[in-house]
Amino acid sequence: MQFPSRRKRLINNAQEEMYGQPIQFYGQPPIENISLSEFETFAVERLKLLKTIENLGVSYVKQSEHYARKLESEFKNLHFPYREVDDRKVQTGPSEFEKRRKDHISHFILRLAYCQTEDLRRWFIQQEVDLFRFRFNELGSKQKLEFLHRNNLQYDTINVEEKKTLLDKLVSSSYAVSGITVEEQDFYKVPFQDALDLVRTRKVYLKAGYVYIPHQDIITIVINDFRTRLSKALALTARSLPIVHSDERLQPLLNHLSHAYVGQDYSIQKNVGKISLEQIDSLSGKSFPLCMKQLHQSLRENHHLRHGGRMQYGLFLKGIGLSLEQALQFWRSEFIRGKVDADKFDKQYAYSIRHMFGKEGRRADYTPYSCMKVILSNMPSQGDYHGCPFRHSDPELLKQKLQVYKVSPSGINQILELVKGMHYQLACQKYFELTHNVEDANFSLNHPNQYFVESQRLLSGGVREPKREPETPHKTKAPSAAVEVPEVIEDLDSFFQDA
Amino acid sequence: MPVSDYDQASLPDLLPLYYRRLFPFAQYYRWLHYGGVHKNYFQNREFSFTLKDDIYVRYQSFTTQSELEKEMQKMNPYKIDIGAVYSHRPNQHNTVKSGSFQALEKELVFDIDMTDYDDVRSCCSAADICSKCWTLMTIAIRILDRALREDFGFQHLLWVYSGRRGIHCWVCDEAARKLSVTARSAVAEYLSLVKGGEETLKKVILSDPIHPFIKESLLVVERYFTRYALHDQEILSRKETLDKVLALVPEDILLKELQQDFQNEKKPEIRWKLIKDQALKKQATNKKGHHFEKEIMLQYCYPRLDVNVSKGVNHLLKSPFSVHPKTGRISVPIDLKELEKFDPFAVPTISLICEELDRPIPGEVEEKVDDKENEKDATERRKIRDYKRTSLAKYVKYFDQFLDGVARSWKGELLRKSDLQKEF
Repeated sequence: MQFPSRRKRLINNAQEEMYGQPIQFYGQPPIENISLSEFETFAVERLKLLKTIENLGVSYVKQSEHYARKLESEFKNLHFPYREVDDRKVQTGPSEFEKRRKDHISHFILRLAYCQTEDLRRWFIQQEVDLFRFRFNELGSKQKLEFLHRNNLQYDTINVEEKKTLLDKLVSSSYAVSGITVEEQDFYKVPFQDALDLVRTRKVYLKAGYVYIPHQDIITIVINDFRTRLSKALALTARSLPIVHSDERLQPLLNHLSHAYVGQDYSIQKNVGKISLEQIDSLSGKSFPLCMKQLHQSLRENHHLRHGGRMQYGLFLKGIGLSLEQALQFWRSEFIRGKVDADKFDKQYAYSIRHMFGKEGRRADYTPYSCMKVILSNMPSQGDYHGCPFRHSDPELLKQKLQVYKVSPSGINQILELVKGMHYQLACQKYFELTHNVEDANFSLNHPNQYFVESQRLLSGGVREPKREPETPHKTKAPSAAVEVPEVIEDLDSFFQDA
Repeated sequence: MPVSDYDQASLPDLLPLYYRRLFPFAQYYRWLHYGGVHKNYFQNREFSFTLKDDIYVRYQSFTTQSELEKEMQKMNPYKIDIGAVYSHRPNQHNTVKSGSFQALEKELVFDIDMTDYDDVRSCCSAADICSKCWTLMTIAIRILDRALREDFGFQHLLWVYSGRRGIHCWVCDEAARKLSVTARSAVAEYLSLVKGGEETLKKVILSDPIHPFIKESLLVVERYFTRYALHDQEILSRKETLDKVLALVPEDILLKELQQDFQNEKKPEIRWKLIKDQALKKQATNKKGHHFEKEIMLQYCYPRLDVNVSKGVNHLLKSPFSVHPKTGRISVPIDLKELEKFDPFAVPTISLICEELDRPIPGEVEEKVDDKENEKDATERRKIRDYKRTSLAKYVKYFDQFLDGVARSWKGELLRKSDLQKEF
């Protein structure tokens, strides 16, 4: 019988239509059923990809060779599509089709998580635009044309007559356009509103509201189009969020994604009891990140910390290896020096410390906050000392603080530049490099406890680990998809409980 | 009576008269209503008023022409600014959920202020202007008007004298009103050639290839350069100004040679030719900085616009037909067909036109008012004739012509919309 095979072919054709190229505008949301675990996995892996793009984008010149190589290896590791593949080559691992499907679905899931606030939207758009730009540039010229036509960018080309008439003007409008360019390449007539960067810098010929762009420059237009579409889509998505959030399976996951930290969570205490309370003061000077240093100092000075500060600092201390008994002693002795007497402490504060260690209530073992969590949640207000100093401190105050900690003026400037660009974790990493007197931290900072561990390792003259790709969870295990995923899902579980 | 009879202290007496009998409310409403193509376009427009004693009120809005008239006649503003069309009525913005009240559309505007040219004009400085430096505004209008029309495809441009020392341009095309902040700033950057402040000596730097826009602008500048720069501003004749010009010439040009030549040659045209010859020589060698004669012309003549004014969708700009409190002059639209003849000192002041109101026009017959019914019509008619008695007439007439042009564009829109609704 012919019917089944024909039907199968039809379905394949439809799928090929949708995933015909390794890159897309994400105009159509996916309409299939997927399992909850696929939902989680896809989302988390795309998030890792976007974070890599962010980190690489700050550390290297975009489109440079270094950038390209590092990004390509990340694509391969996480199984995302990035260029046309030769069908004849034998594929190991997921097929190109499966990669493109994952690309499609994961993008839409992250839209749900990142549409909620202006900050999140801005971040998401920036990384997706960079991702798009990279993949578009990887396309061959024929494929670029194909992409434009598939996506209804009906920018008209001008005919030979018009090209002849405009030859002089076209050549004198752009350094990159020569007489040969005009002859050989197609020129597109594009409304000036779609090519603002070229108009602003006067790098293009403009007539009656249209710019005349050679085929080689069409990328700028396409990128802007992508950015605009995504921006509008996110605004629309935000409006339909209440419906999505009403699904109990999705809400915790989506909340977690937008605060996501996808690496080691320092919940498994490795060094319990190895640190004595007497060491804390000196450790805070040498190996604490600025946020924790600030909290420790304020605790010592005021003999008190508010709830936000107690949580952030308390969990950090747990992460560096304080035992419950030590923690209780630590907080108690400090609070007693203040306005709290022993009784009050035992009644009011001890409970919450035991809670942190999972000895009360739901007995959930809370995990120390990642940088993302510190930066994004629980904004400090008057009287608070928690948060991330690079994000939450006034730049002038931050500068003064850094001066007190003897950071050089040029170092302070570098840090402030990073802060201005909203790269708070990189600013902290730079702070690490300056205070430990190293050129390169050799790790990608994502967690205050990671800062502590790396600092201690450096100071004790430990063997430097070879530089890892960002977001590799366990330093001891070989990076492979199978191992990473369970680790991350464990992290998600703990966050569900946290909520 | 001479026009210079204006005294700022008499504003409280003149303004009520101006707003009651002279201000062209009908035309004003016709403009900002834009044919009613978009619902609530006029109602959601922000106006701001500066009242007596420098009291400034924002977020004024009106539902009808008559409401606008009544309010203005009640408040007698010293200054009127026009802002954006918002998502809600500006005078109700406090009742709107925060974040929802947004500026949606506004004309694309440009503001050219003579003080921005202080480093290149020697006849006046600061708030002063004279007929010599006014040429700079003429040049600015010619260059920008051409570019906005031919390069950007805009058609409905209203150029307005600010009342003291500058000009404004209101681009009223629908496409212009819908431009985003990014787009407006891109347009303004495209039109900007003079960059740098006090610290920068050389404010214009050209590199190959010379963009067609720059070529066109240079054509305009060249038409005025001899009369304006060489004769009126005497940039090559007086020592201080000559030194400033020579500071813009690249170092490897034999300055000594030029200075020697200038000892023998005092005529500015010849001196300029000598400079141009040096430039030609340099262009032949194709080394850097070989467009310096063009750069000099542009630095002295090219329009200097404030990008920040053009960028913001919600930016407030002085309204046409507003009075300038310091000079008393009305912000009148400029007819480009008469641009060369435009004299800012001949622009009517509020005191002049108020005085002209009561002057009888020879041959005019006083209309008799028969009964109450006709009285209202007569008042209207008298009001319409009122501004016609004054020097304001020709400016309102020009404004009407401008509005006819704009109307043709939204009439097309209305037709299209009614076609879609299948109305007959």
